[in-house]
Amino acid sequence: MYEFSYVKPASLDEAAQLLANHDDAKPLSGGMTLIPTLKQRLAQPSHLIDIAALTELRGIEVTAGQLIIGAATRHIEVATSMTVRTALPALAALASTIGDPQVRNRGTLGGSVANNDPNADYPAAVLALGATVHTQRRAIAADDFFQGVFTTAIEEGELITRIAFPLPTRAAYAKFPHPASGFAMTGVFVAETGGRVRVAVTGAGPGVFRWREAEAALADRFAAESIEALVVDPSGLNADIHAPAEYRANLMKVLASRALRAILNSSEGAVA
Amino acid sequence: MKPVANLSPEPRVVGKRARRIEDPSLLRGQGRYVDDVPAEHALEVAFVRSPLAHALITRVDLTAARAHPGVAAVYTAADLAPILTHPRMPFGFPTDALPRNTTPWVLAIDEVAHVGEPIVMVVADTRAIAEDAAGLVEIDYESLPVVSDPRTALQPDSPRVRRELSSNVLQHYHVNYGDVNAAFASAPRVFTEHFWQHRGLASSIECRGLFARPDPATNVLTVWSSTQMSHELFRILSEALALDENTLRVIAPEVGGGFGGKFMAYCDEVATVAAAMLLGRPVKWVEDRREHFVGTIHERDQFWALEAAVDAEGHLLGVRGRMVHDHGAYTPQATNVAYNSASSVTGPYMVPHYDLEVFVVHTNMTPVAPVRGAGYPQAAFAMERMMDRIAQGLGLDRAEVRLRNLVPTAKMPYTKPLKNRAGAPVTLDSGDYAACQDIALKAIDRAGFAARQAAALAQGRYIGLGLAHCVKPTGRGPYETAVVRVQPSGRVSIYTGALAMGQGLKTTLAIVCAEQLGVDLDSIDVMAGDTSLNALGMGGFASRQTIMAGSAVHVASLEVREKALKVASHLLEAAAEDLELRDGRVQIAGVPGKGIKLAEIARKLRGSPGYSMPGGVSPGLEADSMYQADIQCYANACHACEVEVDIHTGETRILRYIAVQDSGRLVNPATAEGQVHGGIVHGIGNTLFEWMRFDEEGQPLTTTFADYLLTTATELPMIEVIFHESPSPLNPLGVKGIGEAATLPVAPALVSAIEDALGPFGVKVNDATLSPVSVLSLLRGAAQAAAQA
Repeated sequence: MYEFSYVKPASLDEAAQLLANHDDAKPLSGGMTLIPTLKQRLAQPSHLIDIAALTELRGIEVTAGQLIIGAATRHIEVATSMTVRTALPALAALASTIGDPQVRNRGTLGGSVANNDPNADYPAAVLALGATVHTQRRAIAADDFFQGVFTTAIEEGELITRIAFPLPTRAAYAKFPHPASGFAMTGVFVAETGGRVRVAVTGAGPGVFRWREAEAALADRFAAESIEALVVDPSGLNADIHAPAEYRANLMKVLASRALRAILNSSEGAVA
Repeated sequence: MKPVANLSPEPRVVGKRARRIEDPSLLRGQGRYVDDVPAEHALEVAFVRSPLAHALITRVDLTAARAHPGVAAVYTAADLAPILTHPRMPFGFPTDALPRNTTPWVLAIDEVAHVGEPIVMVVADTRAIAEDAAGLVEIDYESLPVVSDPRTALQPDSPRVRRELSSNVLQHYHVNYGDVNAAFASAPRVFTEHFWQHRGLASSIECRGLFARPDPATNVLTVWSSTQMSHELFRILSEALALDENTLRVIAPEVGGGFGGKFMAYCDEVATVAAAMLLGRPVKWVEDRREHFVGTIHERDQFWALEAAVDAEGHLLGVRGRMVHDHGAYTPQATNVAYNSASSVTGPYMVPHYDLEVFVVHTNMTPVAPVRGAGYPQAAFAMERMMDRIAQGLGLDRAEVRLRNLVPTAKMPYTKPLKNRAGAPVTLDSGDYAACQDIALKAIDRAGFAARQAAALAQGRYIGLGLAHCVKPTGRGPYETAVVRVQPSGRVSIYTGALAMGQGLKTTLAIVCAEQLGVDLDSIDVMAGDTSLNALGMGGFASRQTIMAGSAVHVASLEVREKALKVASHLLEAAAEDLELRDGRVQIAGVPGKGIKLAEIARKLRGSPGYSMPGGVSPGLEADSMYQADIQCYANACHACEVEVDIHTGETRILRYIAVQDSGRLVNPATAEGQVHGGIVHGIGNTLFEWMRFDEEGQPLTTTFADYLLTTATELPMIEVIFHESPSPLNPLGVKGIGEAATLPVAPALVSAIEDALGPFGVKVNDATLSPVSVLSLLRGAAQAAAQA
């Protein structure tokens, strides 16, 4: 770790001001990615602006058919919130599978989505549910937000404040966890919202993406068999020492089928 | 040695579950590991290690590193040369069979042969400063051809792993007996298989580390090391650095696990001590996990081609084959892993004729030395897979084929025409292998398995049952030391050359002592692995310490007991036969209150100036023992397990795991069980997760625990351990080793179960590590083969 200054602002405005004033400042939320990066000396920020406790970034509520969650809400809070478990059980279930208990107790929704790790779980939910990412400046549709590996529409000094999830008719998430980290080696989120089916895949490709072939097949017939009939081209998918691209291509079908079975076998969506 | 009285068949303390005397301090966070030893004003070391698997060093520039604030010294091999007796490490196991130029360099001079080899040592005020300065060391390399597969390395036209080698083949030999080719020529059936066995690292929670503190007041250099053998480190340090034995003391503090990784003295350790000597200051080096992955030994790969000849009933007529062993870049310790494999293939079975051709081959990867099991697991895997193949080929039951070939108890001691490295015969001394199999099969409900499998299949689930045996020679000699002393305070001290590294050794030795002296476990202190307390000692390896150190403590405790009885008999004016040792006293049996405290006897045996010793005994209520043995006791195990394989993802889930272990008499069933659990978890890792991977350029690909996968609690089933106790006749306690015998059967049992689960697809599994990706590719291969057929 290199030396840096730690600052804990009292308000979102102050946080934004600090970020604007210091070119090399970074916002710190749960720190589940940032702190290990600092420890390995892969980053050298001048200031860490701790936004985890800002009241503007907290809170879980359902209004006007949307579930709205503050950016600094920790994974464990999403996983155990009665509001989330009632309104969007698939999201609560997803949060309960992130990393390990230590990560869930520190990591936050906004941190995960802003970081856009290609193996993170939340981006699959945000994209499949067609959520809206709110910052202190604007609202960004999920389809415009994720722009590839660790890249998003977020600009310098911009902070995610909350994420609004439209409530789906039915939804489920299925993942194959990395055996050590708990990240998704591949994860598939299937959601039907307002009569439209969206399928988002994380872990398998360079950043979260919508699986359009699956969406079309499920629009025809909402059943696991529709997925099993698809052919997934592994070219362009991720390959590493744990799994070649072909293995991930297979996982996409297996996990999408499991998500569907979970939806169809239960009255409410759940994690497969 | 004079004959030793055996432990009573009905002991009072031995065999009862006891809490570990180690735990109160460990659980309070008071354990003192090497990095906890107070080290004020100590300098800290960081090494510059080779980033390449094979290269010439063409330029080293230390200017910037030496100028960095807080740096005390930056050393190359040339800087250490004046105080080293030789630029290479001394031999681990002294042997005439190996060339002098096979051991690693203390620091590399002009050529590096694996990633992680130390080249430059930076000594600074803190580790952080040392690391920063290490980053300022400039080294130019000229790449040389890399050999990263032992099968390629043994080809005559292969590039050499080091320029000084004329061949990469360090050893080429046969281990054999009988006339194997004649046996095969007339055999009704012959089975041939190829196996790949990977074993990874020791992965102790605590990495290596050493702290060297010169003391000008006493002129003694004290060295604390996280090692499995402090006396061996003492020898190597005195040899490499020409240290007078009276000026050196090596202490093993608490050791956070060994598992083979600390079963030798390393170049980093010699270099750190050299730095302390050159600077005349305390110097500490604590290995980080990245260093551990490349700088601490691995066990890695063996490639087998094995054939078994049998008659129509499945009786083994002969076994022959060829094995290529990846030895890594140097020989830091010995070549025993390959020999252990080659001499143990036939395991618990009667095999009339045997021949294995062995190649011990250098590669440009981290050196290979024993990890828990030390070559025996690979041999057990090869043989047990073969037993399954024979059963399948002959249409016989797996258990029945084994039963027909297991050495029966009636034939024990059963001597095989093989020798261990001490030259002692390989003799299966005791055990009941058939009974262990029977217990395992009953415990797993083998009888009901067909119905369970059919029911699962009807739900689209694939479950399988696995079975495997092993025998493991334990208690390697030649000796271990123990001093047992009753102090005038009444506390009992045990000093031993054995080494405690987390397995509960201190509790075990205290129990053996308490059995004879009639004292509470809480009144016993065990000091292990301090060269100033025992001049000689061997340390912790090869499942030996309960056998060797336990027997040494038993012998010494008996002697102390006899002496206490003799003195008490004199003082109490009672016949020794009427006395008993109980509650820290010697008393007249059946007459409570009429007796004398052991502490009182100890005080009297310190002697008073001019007075004679009471009872005419020698001074001190103490005895020391050097327990010797060359012949090893054979522990055995039979494991049975049930797994479910997800044919869509290739994942294996262990549903049940039964371990029937025969480690002879158990001193403490609680710690014995713990050792079995640990051994099995290690075996599960070897089978399903642990895989130290390198690319073709010899670059390690798995140097974090995110990439090198260890078994975690979430993957574990409840492990059911059943002990079958056949006391060994070879030592006075009747004990045998535990920890390794639990690892050996795991890979063959799990793979057998996975293959059984995938039976409907005709999948054959001959390799481990077996990842989910490998399982899916086996399924795909079987499907393609079926489509072509």
